[in-house]
Amino acid sequence: MSVTADFSRDVEDGRCILRFSGNLTILRVRKLSEQLKEVDAEHLIVDLSDVERLDTVGAWLVHKLERDRGATIVGATEDQQLLIDHVTQADQPVKVKRDYEMPLLRVVGEVGVAANIAMRTIVGLLGFFGALLISTGHIARHPRRFRLNAIAQQFEVVGVRALFIVGLMSFLVGIVIAQQGAVQLRQFGAEIYTINLIGRSSVKELGVLMTAIMVAGRSGSAFAAQLGSMKLSEEVDAMRTIGVSPMEALVFPRVLATVILMPLLGFYAAILSIIGGGIFCWISLDIPPVTFIQRIREVVPMTDLWQALIKAPVFGMIIAMAGCFQGMQVEGNAEEVGLRTTAAVVQGIFLVIVLDAFFAVFFTEIGWL
Amino acid sequence: MTRGDTVIEVQGLRNSFGKQIVHEDLSLEVKRGEIFGVVGGSGTGKSVLMRSIIGLQTPDEGEISVFGESMIGRDDEEAKHVRRRWGVLFQGGALFSTLTVAENIQVPIKEFYPGLDRELLDEIAAYKTTMSGLSTDAAAKYPSELSGGMRKRAGIARALALDPELLFLDEPTAGLDPIGAAAFDQLILELRDALGLTVFLITHDLDTLYAICDRVAVLADKRVVAVGTIPELLALDHEWIQDYFKGPRGRAAAAISEREEAEA
Repeated sequence: MSVTADFSRDVEDGRCILRFSGNLTILRVRKLSEQLKEVDAEHLIVDLSDVERLDTVGAWLVHKLERDRGATIVGATEDQQLLIDHVTQADQPVKVKRDYEMPLLRVVGEVGVAANIAMRTIVGLLGFFGALLISTGHIARHPRRFRLNAIAQQFEVVGVRALFIVGLMSFLVGIVIAQQGAVQLRQFGAEIYTINLIGRSSVKELGVLMTAIMVAGRSGSAFAAQLGSMKLSEEVDAMRTIGVSPMEALVFPRVLATVILMPLLGFYAAILSIIGGGIFCWISLDIPPVTFIQRIREVVPMTDLWQALIKAPVFGMIIAMAGCFQGMQVEGNAEEVGLRTTAAVVQGIFLVIVLDAFFAVFFTEIGWL
Repeated sequence: MTRGDTVIEVQGLRNSFGKQIVHEDLSLEVKRGEIFGVVGGSGTGKSVLMRSIIGLQTPDEGEISVFGESMIGRDDEEAKHVRRRWGVLFQGGALFSTLTVAENIQVPIKEFYPGLDRELLDEIAAYKTTMSGLSTDAAAKYPSELSGGMRKRAGIARALALDPELLFLDEPTAGLDPIGAAAFDQLILELRDALGLTVFLITHDLDTLYAICDRVAVLADKRVVAVGTIPELLALDHEWIQDYFKGPRGRAAAAISEREEAEA
């Protein structure tokens, strides 16, 4: 059995005869289609009587000879003829390529689409905030609808389980600030001011901000993924038909838990960060803990703590809302859950940092330096 | 090779996940040119059986050969020449979502036969899409733009890209409406006749079984309890088989099949 399909050319009665032999399959088709292009005669006769195997690609070649060159096919077995007929039937003007778009136009179009989506997200978030306020009002008027269990469970997931990672992260950040600060301040012989740096930056900014980023990564994403998959499996719709408002049952507990826990976690993070810095000062700068604590009490004003405690619940609100909002936007397929989860984290962190900048300006204006 | 040769042979197959044994001493044979159906209750390991045969799941024990070549313990490179002789349609179609239908069809061709020119590749993708019963504008679409039924047809088109001799279908009609399912059955029959395919078909669909399967294997109690044509299976005194074929749905499918035969 020969592996190659070959063909020989003869001329009989003024007509060119192509005699194929061997396997006329995809394996040999590349060489064949090149060779066939060199055959320029019209009104061919294609003889398949020596062909051992024919597949659809081979049949396609034969069909093209018949279609483009007016070839006559002879010597095909019944099965081969059936295959050629089948391929012939399938030969229809099929659109294989997507329509070409000008790259410049596409960029402009995508910018437009992105702007449109951004606008709709902002409007959607505002609407979502409104809906949340309404259901908060409902719950306030009907305290029986306050789901203590659901909220307690979110407390555990958002708060308790985050303690270790938030604590460790803040502790390490405290050490890094102390170390970097000490290196710079040493040049002025002002190492003692490392304590000011640690105390004020931890309490005022880093404690809350780092916690917010960690909560957005841990809980904001989890909210989006949970609600998203619940929407996919039609759980949310089932809730609505039973008469339970998803806003009250799913969104409210998550937002409330995050709003309450963010100040607590933020405060905890600030303390851990100060401890980290304190340990570094003790070991590297020979500042004993007693001196460290005393100085912290002198240099960190109470307003720093107020700032942190005012910012934290707002950040918590934003993170939880972004997560829940994106989760509730999921429609269609599982791929979207992933996209929405990413969006929830990105929007959560972005909005937190934008608001943090506003807060900084605001607090400076009112004299909380 | 001619009709009647053994294409797939499974001997003494054993599969388990942890302590749960899915298959125990399972054996079956699929002959060339037949449409071989596999039925069984949920959890009897129909998909696991298919995955074992195509080498996605390594069995604990047993011998599997396809086209007379043993498939156990072969690495991917060695099994390549066997792999290009079969096509697989997974349950959800499993199309590559970042590629258009035409590009999906071209993936196996480019993989196994590099160097074909673009024009020919496009022509092949074009006639494969029409052959699988897709509309002429479907080839340029992405899988997410297709309906479930069209996705399955596109999956078949990709499975047929290399002109395989053997086609594995995992619940091809699941999730299709009755009209779409019947058309799909018809498509499989036509392709079998035109391309001389052997088809290994997992299904829950009684209509499909009656309409196109030459022989049916029943999976129960971790092995194949019976193989045969549907009349042969009906004559058996096995509780699950009787429940399956003589239940209300089974009777309805049988009635339709009889009516169609009477008309023909």
